[in-house]
Amino acid sequence: MNKQLDINMNKGIENINRLDTGSIFENCIIETQGLTVKYGSSIAVNNINLRIFKNSVTAFIGPSGCGKSTLLRCFNRMNDVIDNVHITGKVLLDGIDIYDKSVNVIELRRQVGMVFQKSNPFPKSIYENIAFGLRLAGIKKRELLDQYIEESLKKAALWDEVKDRLNANALGLSGGQQQRLCIARAIAIKPSVLLMDEPASALDPIATAKIEELILELRKDYTILIVTHNMQQAARISDYTAFLYLGELIEYNTTAQIFTTPAKRQTEEYITGRFG
Amino acid sequence: MNKDTKISLALTRVQFNWTERILELGILLISATTSVAILMIFVFVGRESMPVIFGKSQLDASQLIRSVEDLDKMSAKEIMTYLGLSKEEYNSLDKQSLRELMLLKIETARDASKDKDAFINAASLKYLFFPHQWTGYDKPVFIWQPVSEIRKFNIIPLIVGSLKISLIAILVSVPFAIASAILVSVLVHPKIKEVLKPLIELLAGIPSVVIGVFGLIVIANIVQSVTGCVFRLNSLTAGIALSFAVIPVIFSISEDALSSVPKSYIEAAYALGASRWKMAFQVVMPAAFPGVFAALMIGFGRAFGETMIVLMASGNASILSASILDPARTITATIAAELAETVFGDPHYSVLFFIGLLLFIFTFILNIAANLVMGHLRTRIEGKK
Amino acid sequence: MNHNKLPLQITKPWRDCESIIFTGLCFLATLVVLAILVVIVGYIAVNGWGHITWKFLTSPMTQDIFDASRTGVLSLAIGTAAKVILMTIAVVPVGAITAIYLSEYSSSKSIFTKVVRLAINNLAGVPAIVFGLFGVGFFIKTIGSTIDATFFSQSSGPVWGKPCLLWASFTLAVMTLPVVIVATEEALRSIPNSLREASYALGATKLETIFKVLLPISIPGLLTGSILAVSRAAGEVAPILFTGAAYYMAGLPKSLSDQFMDLGYQVYILATQSPNIEKTRALLFATSLVLLVLTLALNLVAILIRYRMRSQNKN
Repeated sequence: MNKQLDINMNKGIENINRLDTGSIFENCIIETQGLTVKYGSSIAVNNINLRIFKNSVTAFIGPSGCGKSTLLRCFNRMNDVIDNVHITGKVLLDGIDIYDKSVNVIELRRQVGMVFQKSNPFPKSIYENIAFGLRLAGIKKRELLDQYIEESLKKAALWDEVKDRLNANALGLSGGQQQRLCIARAIAIKPSVLLMDEPASALDPIATAKIEELILELRKDYTILIVTHNMQQAARISDYTAFLYLGELIEYNTTAQIFTTPAKRQTEEYITGRFG
Repeated sequence: MNKDTKISLALTRVQFNWTERILELGILLISATTSVAILMIFVFVGRESMPVIFGKSQLDASQLIRSVEDLDKMSAKEIMTYLGLSKEEYNSLDKQSLRELMLLKIETARDASKDKDAFINAASLKYLFFPHQWTGYDKPVFIWQPVSEIRKFNIIPLIVGSLKISLIAILVSVPFAIASAILVSVLVHPKIKEVLKPLIELLAGIPSVVIGVFGLIVIANIVQSVTGCVFRLNSLTAGIALSFAVIPVIFSISEDALSSVPKSYIEAAYALGASRWKMAFQVVMPAAFPGVFAALMIGFGRAFGETMIVLMASGNASILSASILDPARTITATIAAELAETVFGDPHYSVLFFIGLLLFIFTFILNIAANLVMGHLRTRIEGKK
Repeated sequence: MNHNKLPLQITKPWRDCESIIFTGLCFLATLVVLAILVVIVGYIAVNGWGHITWKFLTSPMTQDIFDASRTGVLSLAIGTAAKVILMTIAVVPVGAITAIYLSEYSSSKSIFTKVVRLAINNLAGVPAIVFGLFGVGFFIKTIGSTIDATFFSQSSGPVWGKPCLLWASFTLAVMTLPVVIVATEEALRSIPNSLREASYALGATKLETIFKVLLPISIPGLLTGSILAVSRAAGEVAPILFTGAAYYMAGLPKSLSDQFMDLGYQVYILATQSPNIEKTRALLFATSLVLLVLTLALNLVAILIRYRMRSQNKN
């Protein structure tokens, strides 16, 4: 094993020590059963069965185009807005199939928040960006809004940098700050689950490090699912890792296991960089 | 918002939102307005022209003449129609006045019957389109003379007038509009284009009345001094003035078409050693040709449908002539000048609406054809089937 | 290796010549077009400027409508402003909502969408005088008469069943719908999808996304369209010839069912009906100048907004 894997292994062991020691089944917050997504006749995601655990960070890794983002978008039904998409199977959130007809999609999206690859703040002020989601959820009082906005900006490690210019246009922030703003915006409405689609891929290393620190902090209050291209990142911050290839779930295990002793040969080849 | 609330409870809250559905239905309905508008234009302009289409308009002499005794047997509505009175006029007249009107009608009929043409319905389709030999003429002619003892409604002089002036406008404007479009889209630096294009399109912002004033005074003088013509307000003057309004239209659409030719075509042309002129004329123009052709069609439609400029600069004489130095009357100017003088329900009124309907149908078809051509351009450029 | 070479073409001078002549011609053509703009504006400005005084701009119309020394342009300006404001109130909501439908709800395959787009294209090409006929046939003779018969059957003359400010404005609104729709739709479509996704991911419904996120962003586009519509409507005379314009009224219109005076219509009357051309000349040019300045200024504002919008989008 080379030096890089050594480092990963140490991190992985640290991660295991941080996990809840409760029974796995009690802690499961999301479960997918036979989840399959088709665009027209081509299959993007095929028969995925996995369990996501509460307050963990689960990373989805795999080469480009293997369906990671599509899978992620299933958890908050963002695939619904695309034409010509067919989704079969179940996704159970806290025991309820979110694709069931009686489910309120709007409520679902408040419980399962999302941060996108390229930060997309609204061309409004920093304050209004975060207030947007809060107002949709019914919070109108100024004092409450102020309080929640301050809380979320602090949690997103952005408060100190913007506290005296909350009314400035959000587009004037740097790339890293904008992404942290998007994270603040997503967590302001207090979701239980946070989906992150390659949140740091458009950022420089310093900003990336800040985001990763943030994710480890956020883990205390949220369950985080993160899609990433960067294997080292997955090893650094996640508790569990799922390896996807061409829409299939090849392997899913604790991060330590995946990076030290992967069960499948494909996994090992991807991790050691033989393809990607 | 309390995190302790079970997720399951939150998710299954009923979601059917009446307000949203109603609003979205409202959006759908309001979007139908444009389509409904086109239909309504057709219906309501057509409605006023129905008497002409069905040949039922009521030229005085062609009616059945009723005797004065019939006055008591006729209903109010019948009297109003027969005598051509509006409700207010009818209410304001007493029985004696009505009798006098009936007598007048009988006398007029007797006088009018001296002319062999007094009893024909000149506002019917046959007489609108085909020549007729009226009393005092030695051969069949096309005449538009709605204000006269024997009224004549042939619309051929009007159609010819519109065509003549529009053609002149197109011939004058096309070279300038297309050459400018080529320059702006392909030959100059993009920064210059950003200034030139809006400037030329500003020409479209000049109201047509103002162009009409310019044509009426300046262009007419120029045309008269150059050609020595008898009438300074003639087809040529109107055509030139009209071209000022048409140039920006053809320019805009052609420029868009030329600009949408992929840059890769231009680069390929240069790479093969083409000069600027060959590139523009032999590569870009042919590729954008459907768009330019559509521009011509739309420009022609604009010229054909323009009112104020021709109203002021064409001399407004409904002569049927091929000479460009003769005054002419267009369909649009005729409607504009004469509608105010007509009475609702009068044959003249119906005929004016009828030619308005023809004008509408013509531009409608022209537009659809231009759209098809534009669609063809898109398929060509995008390579779709 | 022996390749068959194309014989060396010594055509360079000829090619250059062709190119220069051709480019030169295009350049000349563009100059002519620009010259037309400059000459018309210049001619009206030069001839009309002398008569533009504060008094002229602010005095109302008098009975001597052809006498340059006795009458002013205020009534005309107010009439034109009234017609344009009413038209804007009618056209902006309908145009914006249709644009919203086309941009956010329509699918390019549905027949309804194709019909709507065809209708918009056609509406843009209908001659102005046909709109005037429509105004008479629909607004005045159908709607107006029906209103009169239902509510005003006792009055001595038609109240709504005649040419008036309201019908003229509505006629112009129908005419300028395509301008507003096209500009607004362009603005909506240029908003990147990522903003829509951000909004949905926060739990917004489609309507909430449209009205709280997209519409505020597309306001410059809507504004451009509205200003262009206003500029066109301010100068159009043909549609209002029989739907409401009058060349002399004793005062200002007292209600929407009154006729009104209008800058463009007045220019037409002054140019063609004046009994004494010399006396009216100055008035004709001055009135034309006021109208011209108004429409060109509006056009320039619209161009500026569009320019700012495009450069913002590029960033």
